[in-house]
Order: sequence, then C-alpha cells, then structure tokens
Amino acid sequence: MLRQLRISIVMLIVLTLVTGVLYPLTVTLAAQVAFPESANGSLVQRGADVVGSALIGQVTYALTEDGDINNLDAIAPYFWGRPSAVNDMLGSSADAPGSSGASNYASTNARLAQLVTQREAAFRAANDVPDTIAIPSEMIYASGSGLDPHISPEAARLQIDRVAAVRGLERTTVVRLVEQYVEAPQWGIFGQPRVNVLLLNLALDQLQ
Amino acid sequence: MTTLELVQIALYLGLLIVCTPLLGGYMARVFGGERTWLTPMLRPAENAIYRLVGVRADEEQSWKQYAWSLVLFNVAGFVLLFVLQVAQHGLPLNPAGLPNVEPLLAFNTATSFVTNTNWQAYGGETTMSYLTQMIGLNVQNFVSAASGVAVVIAMTRGLARRQASAIGSFWVDLVRCVLYVFLPLCLIFALVLVSQGVIQNFNAYTQATTLTGESQLLPQGPAASQIAIKQLGTNGGGFFNVNSAHPFENPTPLTNFLEMLTILLIPAALTYTYGMMVGSKRQGWVIFTAMLALFLIGLVVMLASEYGAMGAMEGKETRFGIANSILWGAATTSASNGSVNAMHSSFSPLAGGIALLNIMLGEVIFGGVGAGLYGMLIFAILTVFIAGLMVGRTPEYLGKKVESWEIKMAILAVLLPSACILLFAALASVTDAGLSSRANAGPHGLSEILYAFASGAGNNGSAFAGLNANTPFYNGLLGIAMWIGRFGVIVPALAIAGSMARKKVAPPSSGTFPTDGGMFVALLMAVIVIVGALTFFPALSLGPIVEQLLLNSGRVF
Repeated sequence: MLRQLRISIVMLIVLTLVTGVLYPLTVTLAAQVAFPESANGSLVQRGADVVGSALIGQVTYALTEDGDINNLDAIAPYFWGRPSAVNDMLGSSADAPGSSGASNYASTNARLAQLVTQREAAFRAANDVPDTIAIPSEMIYASGSGLDPHISPEAARLQIDRVAAVRGLERTTVVRLVEQYVEAPQWGIFGQPRVNVLLLNLALDQLQ
Repeated sequence: MTTLELVQIALYLGLLIVCTPLLGGYMARVFGGERTWLTPMLRPAENAIYRLVGVRADEEQSWKQYAWSLVLFNVAGFVLLFVLQVAQHGLPLNPAGLPNVEPLLAFNTATSFVTNTNWQAYGGETTMSYLTQMIGLNVQNFVSAASGVAVVIAMTRGLARRQASAIGSFWVDLVRCVLYVFLPLCLIFALVLVSQGVIQNFNAYTQATTLTGESQLLPQGPAASQIAIKQLGTNGGGFFNVNSAHPFENPTPLTNFLEMLTILLIPAALTYTYGMMVGSKRQGWVIFTAMLALFLIGLVVMLASEYGAMGAMEGKETRFGIANSILWGAATTSASNGSVNAMHSSFSPLAGGIALLNIMLGEVIFGGVGAGLYGMLIFAILTVFIAGLMVGRTPEYLGKKVESWEIKMAILAVLLPSACILLFAALASVTDAGLSSRANAGPHGLSEILYAFASGAGNNGSAFAGLNANTPFYNGLLGIAMWIGRFGVIVPALAIAGSMARKKVAPPSSGTFPTDGGMFVALLMAVIVIVGALTFFPALSLGPIVEQLLLNSGRVF
C-alpha cells in the first residue's frame, strides 16, 4: 500500500512533466514556428493598431430597454453580426476579459420570445426589410459563443441598402463586396456558407 | 436538411467505421506489449519512466491491487489539482492575474477532471491561470482518460484469460495509453487545430480597439494542446467558458468535424481492441453495432426535433449550423465527452431530452474512453443473465459462467449512478439551495437540475448551462455524484474482471446463447433501453417531454 502510494506520487510527477510541460511546450514551439499568425489569435491590424481578431465577432446590434438599437449612429455604417448574450461583457475591463457566453434560454422561455420579437422589429426598421421577407434565424437569435464572427449571406444581403445609404456608396459596389466575402462551405463539404462580418467591414472601410 | 448536411453526417459515420479497426488494432498491440511502428521511438521513454517510478513492466496485479493503484493515483491527482487552484495567484504563468479559486469550486473542478467528467462550474478564461490549465487540468485530461482505458483493458484481460489471478498492471497500462495512444494523436491533432486558427501561445490577453472604437480584450493561451486531449480523451472541459462554441477553440467547420470525430474515435476503436484481445473480432463488432444503432436512433430523433423547431439558431454558431450542432450534441452526450459546440439548454425540448437520455443510459453508447466499453460489458453480462433466466440456463459470457458475484457487481454499477441522479435531483427539487439556481422557469427548470446530476454521475460534463452551478450546494453535491459515478462503476468492473479471470472456459454447447450475432445486439440494446426507461421515464416525462408538449401548444414561461 505504501509502495503503491509512493509509485502514485512519482508517477503523477513524471506524467505531469510529460503531458503538462513537455507536451504543451512542444506544441507551442511547433505552432509558433509553423503557424505563427493563427497560433496568436489571427489578429487583424490596421496600421499599428489591433482592431480585433478575424475569428471573433465585434460589431453587433444590441437593444435598449425600450427595444431601440443601442448606439445606432456608430454602428449604422457597418454590417452587423449576430446578437450576443454577453454583449456588455465584451472587453469592458481587464477583470472581465472578452468573456464568452450564451443565453441558455429554453425554447419555452418567455423572455426569449420577447427579445426575438423586439430584435426582429428593430432589425426590420433599421434595414427597411418588409414583412414579406423572412429574417434569417441567426440574425435575431443569440449565438452560442456570444462571439460568433459570421452571419449567413442572406443576413448580410438584407443590410446592403442601409450600409450603402449611410456611406453614400453605390448599391452595386456594396453588393459586389458582399458577394466577394461570401465563404463557401470549407473544402466544398464542411459547414455552412457564411460571411465574416469583421473582414467585410474592414473591406468596406478600405473602399473610402 | 440539405443534401450537403446529410453528406457531412454520412462522411462522419463512414470515417468513424473506417478508423475503428485501424486504431483498435493498433491499441490491441500496444496493450498486449507487442511491437508497433512507434515502439523504436517510445520504448526507451517507456522504460525510463518505469525505472524512475520503480515498477516493472512484467509485474502484474490482482484486481484488488489494480483497483488500489488506480484509486491512489487518482486521489494524488486530485490533491495536486486542488492545491494548484487554491494557490494559483501566487504561482507563475498567470499573466491575467487571476485570483485563487475558492475551495469548494476547486473541490468540484478537481473532482471533475480526475473523474473524467470535466464539468465546468468555472469559466475557463476568467478563472484558471495558464499554469493551472497546463499542469493541472491538462494533465488530468490525459491521465483520467488513460485510467478509463486501463480499466477496460484490465476487464478485457479478465474476460479473456483462463484460471488466472492477475489482470495486468495498472501502471503499465496507464503509461502505454499516454505514450503510445494519446500523445502521438494529440501532437498531430493539436497542430492541425492551430493551422485552422486555434490559439497556442503564452501571451498576455490582447487589447484591441474595434471598428466602432470600443475596446475588446482578446483572450490568449495554450488552447490547442488542451483541446486535442479534451476531445480525444472524452474529457470535454473547455479552455474557454463556452467550450467548442468559442471561435478560438473551434474556428472552422473543418476543426468542428475533426473535433466531433475525435469524440467517438477512441471509444469506438476500443470495441475492436476488445474483439482482438478476447480472440473474436465479431464480439467487438457486435458491441460496436449496438452502440452505433443506439447512437443513430438518438441522432435521428434529435435532428427531426430540431429541424421542426422555431428559432433553432439560439445558442448555435453560424459556421456550424443546425446539423453539425446536433451531430455534436448527440456524439458528446453518447460518449461521456461533455464538450459542446452549441448550447444544449437552447435545443428544442425533445432534442435536449435525447441528449439527457443518452447520458442517463449510463454513458455506454460509445461512452467515455474505456468507461463506455466497460459500462457496455457490464450491460452485456446483464443481458446474458436475463437471457439465461428466460430459457432457464446458466448464463455464460465468452464461455465463462456468469454467477451471483458478477451479477451483484453489475447491478451495483448500474444502480449507483442512477440512484445518484434521481436522489440528488430530487433533493435539489425540494430545497431552496437547489431551486434558486434555475435559469429557466417551467419544466425546463427541472430539466436543468436533472441534466446537471446526470452529467455529474455519468461523468459527462455538459450542461443545461443556464443553471448556476457555482454554488456551495451544487459544487458539493455534484462533486460527490462524480466520485460515485466514476469509482462506483470502476471498482465493480474490476471486481468482475478479477472473478472472471479465475474461471474456466467451457466449450459452447447447444444451450449456449451466442453473443456474437444479431439476436444478442437486439437483446443488449433492449436491456439498456429498458433499464434506462424504467429508471428515468417518470423524471423525463416531467421535464423535456411535458416541455415539448407545452411548447407545441404555445405555452411559454
């Protein structure tokens, strides 16, 4: 028994060195040599400033208590990402780092139904979408991570008129840009067609 | 559903079936001590570890010694992980300056990783320092998974050997599993993940200024190395709070596909290893077939329910869509993985209910690495027992008589986790401490509680995550459920191994019930479903089932 206890402790130390030190350090070294950009968070820079990560969503729309869109003037020139359950937590301070989170609302949650009705109304009004056109589900339901960088191509297309109008751009210019940023399923097989909102918005800014 | 989504699911199942004999055959050679193509490279390291630790590769153990070694090793791991957490503020590699973890949360988390549950009462990026993640959580990801594999290998030896007293050496099985199985797979997988965008660094968190001028703090850290073993070892504890829904943890549809495949890869392959080791590949494929059939039934119901639901994108990521979120949900709850790429709480009630049922059935539909198969073998023993009762013959499995000791142990292993789930959930349902953590009203609140204890006792680790589990009540009670759910099955499994190893093999007679055919598959599935249904149907009908009915009639809470 004592012998087994001693073996346990030494074995734990040895395996900690192998799997807890050697292994992650080897992976880190190889990753930093082979894929430095993605290993460090796929950061997107404009000049010397880091504007975000190509993998992390940022410009999105959130509602005030009354159901109006928060900060509409600032976000109107951009395409919007999905609603986020942790919108307010996004990088607010060093104590709450870009934390991820979801609503975890059940489908029978009354608050979810209310939120979605409000979001749909606000999104329709801001983008002038008639009732005859359905809003893609992901545009009014919050993502799993709270940081979803993508929307569906349909959801991007619904925002073209607004973005073109606010920026004073030709509609066709914006249409072309959106179509250029539609990503097909990976390798033609995996996942869904989608648009990376941050990359699209950066390209928009570069037009002017 | 689109054709493309069906193709993705078919590809997933196809690859799983193809990989099973490849990896399974390799593992059989590893645990049999035979030469593999990695032996020249790894044998020196393996021998060096034995010398350092002071064990001999040829020194075998009885089932009791095996169980003692395993328990002591896991307790030592628990102590180390607990201490690391409650002292992390004063330890290095903590660039975000995270404070010490509270003792009860640290108890819960240490238990959770040692028992291969990997329940997250904590939020990765806001609670655990890099040091805690690396030499604490990451190490347990490896060794708790390897402990599970070791148990099933020992149990297999017990079934395969004749009139033997030993069932192998825990230390040798543990080291071989880590060195020959996990490390090579993890090294490759982690680098593939990084190439797709999973982060792997020791940087401080990055401060960014968004397009609209707001500040955004981007988390960093050695994530890929941990995610690789998190998936391969059916651990499931995320580097980040939202687990594999986080874009840094699962950035592309390709990583999603591979992370899903690696959930079931080893549990599926072990069925083949089992077949090889007991000398009949059919015995392995029979178990694989029963697992796959149960998996597919659950998957189809979940897909049907989710595609019929409104607002199915709540809690899901655009890059995965509905089909890949549900496929992941089915895989992670069948295997006791517990990682998520979408929020199970926001699934339609029936889809969430099947996820819950997958866990409640005892985590035997592929199940955790090792844990799924030893759970399944326990059900196989129950099945031959019940078949024997029906025809009035002494039950046999692999030519060995199944007697009262084995049945007692098997029943114990089935009852302990089930009792834990129901009794603890009942306790939570009648106390303020239990009820006040609910995030959703109505039947979903009960589902949250049931899911938590099923996940704990089943060592799954996923959650209906609205439930605020970081309270003294849940941290304590769930911790206890995890210990019982883990060792309350492992010890009986090893006890069965020990007693089966001692038995003689009788040649099959006309009265022998064959365990390598379709009839056995059907009976085995029936036993699993009946035991699960009898135990949990009343609870499930008050949770997900009634919720689905109310939703259909338009009720919200």
